[in-house]
Order: sequence, then C-alpha cells, then structure tokens
Amino acid sequence: MGKRAMDLRRWERRWGYLFIAPWLFSFVVLYLMPMIASLGFSFTDFNPATPDKASFVGMANWARAMFQDHEALASVGKTLAFIPICLAISFIFALAIAVVLNSRLLLGKSLFRTLFYLPTMIPVVASAIMWLGSLNAQTGWIDQILAAVTGLPLTGQKGIRWADSPGLIYFTYSLITLWGVGNTFVIFLAGLQGVPTELYEAAEVDGASWWRQMFRITLPMLTPVLFFNLIIGIVGLLQYFTVPFVINNGTGYPGGMSNFIMVYFYRQSFSYFNMGYGSVLAWMIFLIGLLFTAILFGTQKRWVYYAGDKR
Amino acid sequence: MKAGKRSRRGVKRALVILSVIVVLAAFLVPLIYGFAMSFKSVEQITSSYSAVLPRSPATIKLQGKDLELYYVPMPDGTTKALAAVEKTRASTTFADPADAMAAPLEWKGNWRTLKPVMKLDPHEENYSSAWNMISFPILLKNTFVYAFLNTIGILLSSSFVAYGFSRFKFPGKGPLFIIVMSTMILPSAVTLIPTYTVFQAIGWVGTWLPLIVPAFFSNAYNIFLLRQFYMSIPQEMDDAARIDGANPIQILYRIIIPQAVPALVAAGLFNFFYCWNDYFSPIVYLAGKSKLYPISVGLGMFSGMFSTRVALVQAATVMSCVVPVVIFFFTQRFFMQGVVVTGVEK
Repeated sequence: MGKRAMDLRRWERRWGYLFIAPWLFSFVVLYLMPMIASLGFSFTDFNPATPDKASFVGMANWARAMFQDHEALASVGKTLAFIPICLAISFIFALAIAVVLNSRLLLGKSLFRTLFYLPTMIPVVASAIMWLGSLNAQTGWIDQILAAVTGLPLTGQKGIRWADSPGLIYFTYSLITLWGVGNTFVIFLAGLQGVPTELYEAAEVDGASWWRQMFRITLPMLTPVLFFNLIIGIVGLLQYFTVPFVINNGTGYPGGMSNFIMVYFYRQSFSYFNMGYGSVLAWMIFLIGLLFTAILFGTQKRWVYYAGDKR
Repeated sequence: MKAGKRSRRGVKRALVILSVIVVLAAFLVPLIYGFAMSFKSVEQITSSYSAVLPRSPATIKLQGKDLELYYVPMPDGTTKALAAVEKTRASTTFADPADAMAAPLEWKGNWRTLKPVMKLDPHEENYSSAWNMISFPILLKNTFVYAFLNTIGILLSSSFVAYGFSRFKFPGKGPLFIIVMSTMILPSAVTLIPTYTVFQAIGWVGTWLPLIVPAFFSNAYNIFLLRQFYMSIPQEMDDAARIDGANPIQILYRIIIPQAVPALVAAGLFNFFYCWNDYFSPIVYLAGKSKLYPISVGLGMFSGMFSTRVALVQAATVMSCVVPVVIFFFTQRFFMQGVVVTGVEK
C-alpha cells in the first residue's frame, strides 16, 4: 500500500510537471528573466543602436526619472489623474447598464445586452477614430445633438473642443473607453444575478426603498466582482496607450495631457531607443501597479464581502 | 385597484425601455456617425442640409438642362418643389416640374434663402477607394495570419497546461498557480525591453515571430479559463480511461478536450479578437515594415495621414470592424459565458 501510494504520488508529480512545462518555460524565459534583466538594464545606458557601448551608470537613470526629468514625473501624475476619472465613469456606466439589464421591467434583454456589448468588439483604433470624428467641433454630431437638445450655440466656432481642450480631454478619453466596457458590465450583470432574491424579498417586507436596497444589498454583494474589476482596471489604465497614441501620436497634445507613462515609456524606449532609461520607466509602471494591488489586497477584508465559506 | 396597479407597472416599464433606448442611441452615436460619414462626399460632409444621411441637391431635366429643385413658398401659404430656371440675386424664375406647360413663376428674393430639395446620394465608391489606398487585402491577410497562428498556439499550449493545473498533485502547485494569476496583471512594459533585445539579437524584430511564437507557450488568461472548465468535468472520466490503459496525454485529447469544446471556442475567440485589436506589440515589433502591418496599425497610420479625408478614413474604419462584429453576432453566447467565467469565479 505504502509503495503504491508513493508510486502514484511520483506518477502525478511527473505528469503534472510535464503538463505545466510549456508555461514554466514561458514564465522563466518571457517573464522572470526579462523582469530581472530590465532591472539590470535600468542601471545602464543601453541603446540597441550601439549595444557594445552600453556601460554601467549606477543610479543615474533612476535619479533622472525621479528628480531631473519633469516629463517623467508629469507622465506619472497624468496617469494617476486619469485613472480615477476613467474608472469612475466606466464603473458607474457599467453598473447602471447591468442594473437596468437585470431589471424585471425591461423587455428584450438579450437584444439590449448584445447592442451594449457591440462596441467592445470594435478595435480600439477604430473606436478612437469614430469617436474623434463624432466629437469634432465642425463636422461631428455630438456638438450638434447637444446644441439641438440644450438650445445653446455649441456648433462651429463655439463648438465644444472635446479633443483639444486640456480640461476635457480625460473626459473624452473616458467616453472612448466606455466602448470597451462590455466585459465589465457582463461581469457585473452575472454578479447581480448571483444575489439571492430572498434578500430583496426580505428588504421589500421591511419596506426598504429601491436606493436603500441598492446600497445595502446590491453593492455589498457586488464587492468581490468590483474588487476584481478594480485591479484589472487600474493595471490596464496604467498602461493606457493606444487611444492617446492614435489620436495624438505620442506628442502629449493637448498641453501634455496625453503624455501618459506608457506613452512616455514607448517614446523613450522605441523612438529614442534610450532603453536603459526606458527600463526605469517600465519598472516605475510595475511598482505603481504593485502598490495599488497591494493596497487593494491589504484593504479587501474591510470592504469586500465574501458570502458563505468562500475564502 | 388591480387595473390601476397594472397600468402603473405598464407606465414604469415603458419609461425603463424608453430610457434604455435613448441611452443606447447616445452610446452608439459614433458608430452611426462613422457609417453615415463613410458614404459621404466632401461637399456632403460640410453641407448643413446633409447632416445625417448622405444627401445631395436633387436636380431635374427640364428644357434640356439639369435644374436644381427648391422648396418655394406659394402665395397661398404652402410650399412647392420647383425647378430653378434662372437664378439672380433679387429674383428667381421657377418652372413646375409636374406641369411643364404652366407659365414660369417669378419669385422675389434671394434663392440662397430657399431650402433645396435633397435626395439620397450615397458615395459607396469611398469603400473601393479606401480599400485600395489602405491596401486592405494585405492588412486583412496579415491580421488573419497573425490572429489565426497566435490562437492555434494559445489553444494547443493552454489546453495542455490547464490540464496539469486541474488534475495532478505536485509540490508547488498552489504557489505556481498564484504566479500564473499574477502574470495576468503584470504590466507588459516591465519585460518588454529585454525581450525585444533578445528578439532583435536573433533577427526576429521586423517579423511576425515575436507576436506568434510566445503564444505556443500558453498564457495566464486562457490557462485560467480552461482550468476552470476542466475542473467541472468529473474526475471519474479520467479514472475510467486510465483503468483502460490510457496515459494522461491520451486522456486529455480523447476524453477531456472533446468535452471542453465550448470553453476552447470561448478562449479561441477571446484570443482571436485580442489579436485583431492588438496595436502595441505590432508597432513595437513591426515598426517600419508596412507590408507586415495588421489592420489596427494600418488603420492608425491611414487616419493619421489622411485626417482631412474624413469619409475615406471612416470607410476604412468601418471595414476594420466588419469581421469582429460579424463573428461576435454568431458566437456571442460562448463569448459572454467565457467573460463570466473569468470575471466572476476568480
């Protein structure tokens, strides 16, 4: 018996490692080693055009990013300013859609679900172009619709300059991001459907209002889903790149507002090929992401509600 | 009492549906805009009479000439669509297209203040122009090759790795799986520069290889999705096959994979769309190799170069959406299921 159990354990171990071998290989070669290497690169002035001339520069790149290069710190600041705006807008929108699509009052739910999900299938580059066109102050429709609805003169010269005004640009980017909100609202919807109906029935008996049910039942029950989406959302937006790059080609227009850290990282590493310095920026992205993830995991006991014996 | 309650519910229901339709319409404005613009000529884009649909002034052939039609106010207070025979600043002579025999009518006032009669005039040739200018067949082929090979690689490797994580006990399995999950949220920048340097050293930069080969070593997202699905397949099926003398590889391919088809389809679709959408990796690894660009990069370049040719850019944009949107409509059930598995069960 003992020997057979030992054999079985060895057999399981051997096959287990065999099956995960492709992932183990990619983890070591494509994640672990490059991560360590990029930390090493950050102490050199490596440039792929002259790889032989790379030399050790100590903390110079880090000092430059932290204290001398205003653009580097500014890009961190812009990214950190954008993330809460964009997340708040996307989450409120996704939650609102999920709540309505979950409502017993709505007919044709699956059709609406498909149509709200549809823009998520549109490639991000294409969404950026369509949004930019419809937000154009001269020929776009959004200013014209707003003018027609509000009666204010918002077309032509007086049009709202969504993509050119530093004060509005993050709102504009957030609107474009709403076209990628499909996964979030589908996940919220699944979360809502998982809330036991007895809770609402009990609240109904107690005479709790719709809003009270929302804040006392629905939102607390959704916190696990919210937690997961918050992490994915923050890490995703730390790497916000395609939309500002397609619209403004990495120039930072308007007024440096689109100079996000990932855009700046790309510019330093793949336009100027300052890969030593680029590695510092990459590690800054990583460390900020790690910090946020740690904060969220550290505080999850206080605000994330896990029903039953899950965890 | 009861009827009142029911009708109140009906009103509520109508309000909910109406507000959802309004929000949906607002949400989809850019899509409708892009589609409408893609059919317009340069004049139609700037014309205030052609705000939504691609429309042009209607003309009619009268007395051997093409004459423009205008809505002219009549003395009796109605308006009538008439053809302008002779236009001057102070007055215009109109003919009635419905009644060619009638005497021409002279209308006092500037004809520019009159509303022209518009007719639908879509410029579908924008699509063929955009198709040729952007070399759409090459972009489409590149995107398909990239997305297809990458997806094959992901499915082969992830279905294999996921089996290891779902069925076998081995030392370090728990921590290793946590590492799998954390690579999901690892910013790609932190590994990019050394990876790029190695790919450059072996001559892969400027080819598709850096975009395709790593897929054959699996990725976290798909491992997780498939593992979740494998866990729902009873272990007894494996055990029965093992008693019949099958080894784990045979069990995976003969027993497990045939049952995991829905999950594989979902994983394959996610990955295919991810590749279709991917912009960052192609611009890093294919910079300057315009013959290898996938559609996302090609479209971005095109819109940058021809920003004044709104209709052509929008036509190319619409073309780039067709494949993912059509596939989505046919596969959405698999798709949403996959979103829920990865999003809720974590």
